Amino acid sequence: MTRYDSLVDSVGHTPLVGLPNLSPGDGVRLWAKLEDRNPTGSIKDRAALSMIEAAEADGSLTPGATILEPTSGNTGISLAMVARQRGYKLVCVMPENTSVERRQLLTMWGAEIISSPAAGGSNEAVRVAKKIAAENPDWVMLYQYGNPANAAAHYRGTAPEILADLPEITHFVGGLGTTGTLMGVGRFFREHKPEVKIVAAEPRYGELVYGLRNLDEGFVPELYDESLIDSRFSVGPRDAVRRVRELIDHEGIFAGISTGAILHAALGQAAKSVKAGVSADICFVIADGGWKYLSTGAYEGTIDEAEDRLEGQLWA
Amino acid sequence: MAIEVRIPTILRPYTDGERAVSAEGASIAELIENLEANHEGIKERLLDGADVRRFVNIYVNDEDIRFTGGLATELSDGDGVVILPAVAGGAA
Repeated sequence: MTRYDSLVDSVGHTPLVGLPNLSPGDGVRLWAKLEDRNPTGSIKDRAALSMIEAAEADGSLTPGATILEPTSGNTGISLAMVARQRGYKLVCVMPENTSVERRQLLTMWGAEIISSPAAGGSNEAVRVAKKIAAENPDWVMLYQYGNPANAAAHYRGTAPEILADLPEITHFVGGLGTTGTLMGVGRFFREHKPEVKIVAAEPRYGELVYGLRNLDEGFVPELYDESLIDSRFSVGPRDAVRRVRELIDHEGIFAGISTGAILHAALGQAAKSVKAGVSADICFVIADGGWKYLSTGAYEGTIDEAEDRLEGQLWA
Repeated sequence: MAIEVRIPTILRPYTDGERAVSAEGASIAELIENLEANHEGIKERLLDGADVRRFVNIYVNDEDIRFTGGLATELSDGDGVVILPAVAGGAA
């Protein structure tokens, strides 16, 4: 069905497309789930809508309420779109080292932005948001890092869509941020097709982001359950940029930089399958399009130049 | 057998400020013992008893060792080891 009562009703049901040129062949195929086709252009529309509807259902979100959320951009943009339709105010706590487009989009959809310090990245945004939430008890923090409705969106939507379109799936590769996508998809496959391997691609940033005062300030999202993942790769900006450009050059897909990190892990898995002489159908997520990251310089000049420009930025 | 170990800012007081050090070992457990021998005190910051600390991630050739055998993860000459604090990340 391609007719919907409203924009929010059209979240999900995204296409799955093959990657004939980047797939290594020999029975090893790559498939991309085009989550940039969601209403605000990212996979976060699923989580945002799911968290708002869960909060409405349990009575914590009431008409005219103010929603507060720590976000590096996409979740905030998705929440802002839904919040505006439904009459909620939105306050986003966002690290100052995020791209200008994300700020422009949030402002356009009517969100208020509170900046958190660049040093510490999203950790710091979470800390600041928790402090603001304590000071404003009538505000509703949906808290994507710990909200089961985030993972549930992928358990109910993303994963069943993939299984219906690709019954022969052997691997799922997703980005590791809030862990919502991997936890929801992972749990679904553990229950419905347990032989599917769940692979996490985690962005590795510059040193600024890891500059904690002590190790106890580290952060593991409350949603994270290690048992739902089979392997986890750390991908730096150089590999992410290289892969995101390959995606444009070979398949015509213009994706955001975090998708480059996911593709890097997917291609690593593909190479392992080829080496082992086994067939594989590897599904990975196009988390968003590249539009919001043009100002980062990731798509211009040499890979060296792009890598330098991304230093210190929250590129995923 | 030399293995390059990248050290996060927070642990560089143990390595005289060096961002990367060379260490030896056939497994991560042995590598950490070798690190401790040259950089006293670092082991206690990485391990909590017999496990890697909750907010510490160790990667061998970019793969998280929690999924490759933990401290028993085997090492070969030329492998790259990265130690990082766990942080919130991704396109959240």
